[in-house]
Amino acid sequence: MAKSKKFTGSAVSELPKCPTGIQGLDEVTFGGLPKGRPTLICGGPGCGKTLLAMEFLCRGALEYNEPGVFIAFEEREKDLEENFASLGFDLKSLVRRKKLYIDYIYIERSEIEETGEYDLEGLFVRLDSAINSVGAKRVVLDTIEALFSGFSNESILRAELRRLFRWLKDKGVTAIITGEKGEALLTKHGLEEYVADCVIALDHRVNNQIATRRLKIIKYRGSRHGTNEFPFLIGENGISVFPMTSLLLTSNASSVRISSGIRSLDAMLGDKGYYRGSTILVSGSAGSGKTTFGAQFVDSACRNGERALYMAFEESEEQLVRNMKSVGINLKKWVDKGLLEIASNRATLCGLEMHLVMAHKSVKEFKPKVVVIDPITTLTGAGVEGEAKAMMARLLDFLKIEGITVLANDLSLIGDKGEATEIGISSLCDTWIRLTMETQGYRRTRRISILKSRGMKHAHETKDLLITDKGLEIKDIPGVREENT
Amino acid sequence: MKKSDYKLVLYVAGTTPKSLEAFANLKKICEEHLKGEYSIEVVDLIKNPKLAKGDQIVAIPTLVRKLPQPIKKIIGDLSNTEKVLVGLNIIGKG
Repeated sequence: MAKSKKFTGSAVSELPKCPTGIQGLDEVTFGGLPKGRPTLICGGPGCGKTLLAMEFLCRGALEYNEPGVFIAFEEREKDLEENFASLGFDLKSLVRRKKLYIDYIYIERSEIEETGEYDLEGLFVRLDSAINSVGAKRVVLDTIEALFSGFSNESILRAELRRLFRWLKDKGVTAIITGEKGEALLTKHGLEEYVADCVIALDHRVNNQIATRRLKIIKYRGSRHGTNEFPFLIGENGISVFPMTSLLLTSNASSVRISSGIRSLDAMLGDKGYYRGSTILVSGSAGSGKTTFGAQFVDSACRNGERALYMAFEESEEQLVRNMKSVGINLKKWVDKGLLEIASNRATLCGLEMHLVMAHKSVKEFKPKVVVIDPITTLTGAGVEGEAKAMMARLLDFLKIEGITVLANDLSLIGDKGEATEIGISSLCDTWIRLTMETQGYRRTRRISILKSRGMKHAHETKDLLITDKGLEIKDIPGVREENT
Repeated sequence: MKKSDYKLVLYVAGTTPKSLEAFANLKKICEEHLKGEYSIEVVDLIKNPKLAKGDQIVAIPTLVRKLPQPIKKIIGDLSNTEKVLVGLNIIGKG
């Protein structure tokens, strides 16, 4: 009966959505959770169900002016307040301002004797009064499965659950129901049977000693949705999901140029530099000057008043600042001015996906125009080899869609054979520059060549790359004549 | 045990057949076994929803034995007299 009602609603057009405000989640669900309907969030212990549910209410109250009700079956109000304070959510203040109502429902089976017929009207009454007390538009039941351990008459319970979900729909509230992961079913007690509209599973897995949280939309009736598993992060501001739906080549191609920061290199790139929003790969062996290359690029961007993000996977911020000072690049100045952010993390600190989510988060928050990834190849050490390329592609694609110019350093140990870059990301790059070290007699010289640069005239000859105390400089190799420009 | 201590609260939600039956059953049991030594308070949660929290009421009807301590809860229409008597510790303790 309930089913036929739902179909008429969803068949006509895309369902109205209720934005969660959770970073990335609204993108993978194309707008949020089904408005006025219940959504089931399931997963094992510690996977982030309660957090996601609570964040949905807090953001609803703060960002969309939709008050919420949180019915807790597992944690007391006070515990919730304390737990969420550490994530930057001030539940107490929301409760005081009547934006949030928390009710802790405690059922202790050993205290209860059952005789004859009963129903769960008490739960309905409490929920109704809670909803009315704040004018709630959003409701969370975390986790309703506690009822199964509280009452022994399962047929009454199931009938009442069905009534509850119908009642929630009639109330027009957007609800999240959490459920503990079951062995055969999605949830221990098969809650998915009652929640037909949207089911999201959370997962916390450990692969090669590196833990990754993932989110997957199992179903979403009447709406398109991303079908991948999306990595997510629990950070100091709650959850952020990396929306990997951006694998389409939909980015706008800009014809605006941006200086590489090295005048003599700009000259090699049709006299103008890179395209804005393009991806530049700089390959080279150890000590060939890649980091200087990246630093000079961000220095130039900051000089033009643009924000730059430097993702350093091998050096700390201080190390990078000190080293670049020795070649006349003052990064500290830009950090102090708030134009440059140096995000330094050891690549093996966490999984590849987490790096991805962290990168996504810093880009969304800091809004840089220019990003340097130094080096992109160390990230392969943080994940399973096969996944690495897909992840790189996602990261580069995401940055491209944001219109960010990316310079990625690639540490190729194979030297001259480097044209088949280790993880094969070169095809994702618009401009590919190779730095080499050549030995002539007892002297090693740095050389630079442009292997490709899409959509522009560029120099084809190899040149000398000099690291001076004013940064990088490119010169013709003495004795080699310009042939082909 | 001093029987005069029995203080009972019956939680209902509106006047439903189930709640009326529970009250009738309870009244009958008390008259038979606790005559003159009990008090029954009926709380209608539709009128006073806030009262559900104090005794953590979820199921309706719920009978709460406030006194003597410890608190006991019996849910359902109280149709099984024996279970009610056991639940209230009226029999089984001789």
